[in-house]
Amino acid sequence: MDLQGAVKDIIAWDGTLSSSDFSLSAHTFSEKWKRFNPSFPPWQWIPCLKHHLVASHKVEGYLSLENMCHIKSSEEEESDRSLTWKEESNISQREEPFDNAALVCPEHEVNQYDFHIVYSATYRVPVLYFRSYHGDGQLLPFDEIEKDLPGHSAKLRSESKWTFISHEEHPYLNRPWYKLHPCGTSDWMKLLFNGDSSLNKKDFVIEQYLVSWFSAIGLVVGLKMPLEMLDTVVSNNS
Amino acid sequence: MSEAQKHVWEGAIPLQIHLHESEVTTLPPPPPALVLAPRLGYLPLLISLLKPQFSSTLPPGVDTIWFEYKGLPLKWYIPTGVLFDLLCVEPERPWNLTVHFRGYPSNILLPCEGEDSVKWSFINSLKEAAYIINGNSKNVMNMSQTDQVELWGSVLNGNLETYRRVASKLKLGTFEDEYMENVSSVLIKSPQSPGDTDVTGQVKTGRIPVRLYLWTVNEEFDDFEDAPQIDNWDKVSYINRPVEIYKEDGKYFSLNDAVKRILPEFFPENSFVTEGDANINQIEEGESSSDPGSSCNTLEIAEIKFVRVQGIEPILDIPFSWVVNNLMNPEYFLHMCVCLKVSKSNAVQ
Repeated sequence: MDLQGAVKDIIAWDGTLSSSDFSLSAHTFSEKWKRFNPSFPPWQWIPCLKHHLVASHKVEGYLSLENMCHIKSSEEEESDRSLTWKEESNISQREEPFDNAALVCPEHEVNQYDFHIVYSATYRVPVLYFRSYHGDGQLLPFDEIEKDLPGHSAKLRSESKWTFISHEEHPYLNRPWYKLHPCGTSDWMKLLFNGDSSLNKKDFVIEQYLVSWFSAIGLVVGLKMPLEMLDTVVSNNS
Repeated sequence: MSEAQKHVWEGAIPLQIHLHESEVTTLPPPPPALVLAPRLGYLPLLISLLKPQFSSTLPPGVDTIWFEYKGLPLKWYIPTGVLFDLLCVEPERPWNLTVHFRGYPSNILLPCEGEDSVKWSFINSLKEAAYIINGNSKNVMNMSQTDQVELWGSVLNGNLETYRRVASKLKLGTFEDEYMENVSSVLIKSPQSPGDTDVTGQVKTGRIPVRLYLWTVNEEFDDFEDAPQIDNWDKVSYINRPVEIYKEDGKYFSLNDAVKRILPEFFPENSFVTEGDANINQIEEGESSSDPGSSCNTLEIAEIKFVRVQGIEPILDIPFSWVVNNLMNPEYFLHMCVCLKVSKSNAVQ
């Protein structure tokens, strides 16, 4: 009976999250990323309450991954645009000759990216915001960002009647950022979870939501995720 | 069509627009442009009126129009009336703005490439509103090119009748009908009979698109003239949260209720409702104390100074459904400017 109830839960579920479930899922995602992606910067939770208020309400926030570097080299341009993301913040701690090469060869441009995962109260799903800038801090125009996107994203963008990447204001930072349109997210998240009958517990779905979401969304901007993050056995053991 | 809607659509703000001194190349400088700007319109659309007046004095370069008020760059995608309500706490008539055609502050403002950018910003907002109301944006995305042009044209020209005809095709009237029903029941004061209750209606929740511009102050000011100036956008919290409304027999949902529901971080006793919790506890609103130092209502750490919609400050007890039906913008969002007084010890500048 419990199993049937759980199945009903999943079937009735519309693929959305509440704000507090987003926070819970963000915590799981951040922990798994730290565990399976140690060479990358961590996703950090940024609370966005502007006043230090004594309130029982949970503090809202968003996930932030910053200073990701996309290094454009002639070799990569010849290959099929497999992106290489390197960590910029730990550059002083590394001793690889690669860093010396980067300093010596100015023709290798380095574009830095910030990614934020923000909850949308309208669509009740996570939304990926990002921006890009040169090493000197100057913001990149979109046609340069487009060159950094994986090939299939550029193709999809040109085919779509409605753009799926748009320039919008960051909901908390009051600055222009780029945003992946979230309006279809709940539909395919619903499909994603319904397809796996073993994931029939509501709590698990909520906890795992952001990991599954990112496995699809991250690819649009070339952020690969190790498959271990999707491993449910590891999650059950932890 | 209500009388209030007509007034909203005819709403206009007298602007006195000065060309920024750095872009004046002639002596004497050109006189300011006097423009009556539609409340529901957007500032970049005024370029057709401003360009002829200022073009002869501009330095060489590419035109990209933007506006500022007392040094604050104005966000073009916010309707003109909302900007005025938010930034002129004491209404300034005419509203003195500065226009630029050079030096676009692209690190602060989204780029704007003329009317098309404004149109697409509007359409995308409409699409978002459709999702909030209907759970999908199909009707907006499937709009024919003809209807799109006609809808946008009705906004450009302030044509309410054309707008209503085209907008009705989007079928976004579901909550309008429901809350008209609510208004009727409130006015007649007759309790709904059990037979009227729809089973599916019980499960169904209405979501209303709201964009709230929150400004918090920690000092007391009695007169609007004494209000502090908003000199940067970080002082305004932009909150894009739908209001979820549940039908409760014999009880109407007020504007006060709506504002508190959108701001659970300031009004915690309403917080669990915004999480979509199916168990709605009956909340009794205690009489709010006007004394900010009062130990009563310790949970309420903020006081609503004013709520301004379409240039008016409705009594907070007004049914929210009336506010929505009559004061909504054409993209189906209710834009509200809210000023909260937060006690000094709790606010950090």
